[in-house]
Amino acid sequence: MALPTYTETRYRIWHYFYISLCTFVFFFLIAPLFVIFPLSFNAEEFLVFSEGMKNLDPDAFSLRWYKEMIYGTKNPWGLAAKNSFIIAIFATIGSIILGTLAALGLSSRHMPYKGIIMATLISPMIVPLIISGVAIFFFMAKAGLAATHTGIIFAHMILGTPFVVITVTATLSGFDHSVTRAASSLGSNPVNTFMKITLPLILPGVISGGLFAFVTSFDEVVVVLFLAGLDNTTIPVQMWTGLREQLSPTILAVATCLIVLSTLILVTAELLRRRSERLRGIQR
Amino acid sequence: MSSETQKILTTDGVPLEVSLKKAEKRNKIKAFLLVAPLLLFLLITYIFPIADMFTRSIDDRMVTNMLPKTFKSMEKWDGKELPSEEIFRSFYEDYKVLAEKKEHGKLGQRLNKEKNGFNSILKRLFRKIKRNNFDESIDIKEQITEIHRHFSNVDYWRAIKRTAPPYTMNKYLKGMDMFLDEDGKIAQVDEDRRIHRILWLRTLEIALFVTIFCFLMGYPIAHLLATLPMKYSNLLMICVLLPFWTSLLVRTASWMILLQQQGLVNDFFVMIGLVSDDNRPEMMYNKVGTYVAMTQILLPFMVLPLYSVMKTISPSLMRAGKSLGGTPFTAFWKIYFPLTIPGIGAGCLLVFILAIGYYITPALVGGASGTLISNQIAYHMKTTLDWSFASAMGLMLLTGVLVVYWIYNKLVGVDNIKLG
Repeated sequence: MALPTYTETRYRIWHYFYISLCTFVFFFLIAPLFVIFPLSFNAEEFLVFSEGMKNLDPDAFSLRWYKEMIYGTKNPWGLAAKNSFIIAIFATIGSIILGTLAALGLSSRHMPYKGIIMATLISPMIVPLIISGVAIFFFMAKAGLAATHTGIIFAHMILGTPFVVITVTATLSGFDHSVTRAASSLGSNPVNTFMKITLPLILPGVISGGLFAFVTSFDEVVVVLFLAGLDNTTIPVQMWTGLREQLSPTILAVATCLIVLSTLILVTAELLRRRSERLRGIQR
Repeated sequence: MSSETQKILTTDGVPLEVSLKKAEKRNKIKAFLLVAPLLLFLLITYIFPIADMFTRSIDDRMVTNMLPKTFKSMEKWDGKELPSEEIFRSFYEDYKVLAEKKEHGKLGQRLNKEKNGFNSILKRLFRKIKRNNFDESIDIKEQITEIHRHFSNVDYWRAIKRTAPPYTMNKYLKGMDMFLDEDGKIAQVDEDRRIHRILWLRTLEIALFVTIFCFLMGYPIAHLLATLPMKYSNLLMICVLLPFWTSLLVRTASWMILLQQQGLVNDFFVMIGLVSDDNRPEMMYNKVGTYVAMTQILLPFMVLPLYSVMKTISPSLMRAGKSLGGTPFTAFWKIYFPLTIPGIGAGCLLVFILAIGYYITPALVGGASGTLISNQIAYHMKTTLDWSFASAMGLMLLTGVLVVYWIYNKLVGVDNIKLG
């Protein structure tokens, strides 16, 4: 963003102020994530940069906390990771199925009461999590599903479906319905049309909605805190407990793994978004 | 040719109009059936439980259920004089049943909220029943009033009668630091015990300021992202999207590390000489921590809607403004800024709604002065187990959020929510 040579001084000053402000904000956004990396390799037990680390002394770094995370005695992370993945995967599948079906119905121009139904379907996104947590807890307790995997999976489906509904509806808004009509006129039944024509075209939207649902479930802690028993602990619940009781570097090792995971998800989501835009013919 | 217009028929002889209506109806049902599974799922597991929170929050049938005979005999009592022997006797009988079931404690606690001192006189009554000191063949009223003079105080009996209606607004009043006094009028609790009002105001204050901070920081970078050439802006977009996709707890953890007394932020302040080494300020477990961490965590929710609006504004508009004699500032203020207002509305209300219900981050970095209303709800859910109070406060919060959401819908429209 080079300035033209004729720019007045005050605009020049303003411009540099603007650029430095932006730099600061970007730094503010991204820098905290990078504090975690080096500290997770700390050889010591404290969560501050030791003198050795500041001088880049190799002895000050170690993989000790990663070992602790994986092999540590009585460590909760293995079970938590297993639970987190099981719950997130099933919740995502459930959200994708229910959400995609609903989005297909909603984007039909024959859909009655569209506004109010859409508002109902995305309400879990608008209602503060704490209230969702309380309400879902009351239901699960009555249904006898508190402290079960099934209960938590249902809870996360509630929170995840709005994302699928929104992304798939958005994808369908640019969808050319004449292709499905063409398929029907050529003798394909509705299920076949959906599997062979509609689904491949809306797949990017479905997957990116699924990613949102996955991350929502994988990162969710408020509702799980109400629902989970000792056997259903998840990674976020363990982190929450750890952060409240004592900050151990093991948490940072876990956090580093989570950042790596989120980077992968970001890349996937970004690739999907571009593909979807290309398919919808939005050129940039 | 007849004078009536010929009805158009389909091949099987049905009028076209009827046939079309039928097809339309079939399509409607088809569309609805696709939505039905999710709608049903959400109604059962989510919407009805929220409605259930309401009945739970106003339900006040406990005393009525515990003292059925008393309330029956109290029906005719005008509440002016001390109750008759009949009421005393049915109260005695009800209480005896409770004492045998060991449920008398709950009644004592509940009635103590209605009238101070009730619990202790009921305990005396309990002890007398336990020792079998009652002679049921003679006047019960006399024997009960002997236990404590309060039993002959008509106020205590009125307190029982006050709990008769099956529903109460007490929990809502409590959430606003108010209560119903003995005459049934709304009164304020003592000034030093008004904790909830402080929490509501603090929640509102934090949500407002976090929204303002997010706007002040988000607007410039959204503008930069929207005006830079694609290859640079894609790279910078990662700075917004990576935190967006990263676990909330990871980000909170990193702020806990940065803001602690021996943390990097304090190190930096010491280095540039802002504070002395042995006088490092406490930046966590107070409002500062909450503001900083929440602003960083919610900032992407401001930037993304702003960016998607700014992206659609043609740069030639600003150029036109400048070429017509406007300074860059007037061009910005008169042309660019008004065009971004939908994005500002979306971003601000999104951040505000998220901030007002925040729980995890304030609980971890907020300390005592950073706790919000959500923390209080969780506290009553998990620690005091006063679920009806938690429900009442939750619904008060929900009402606030729905009002904000309604404004959002009026200004921007729900359909315009964009996710990256």
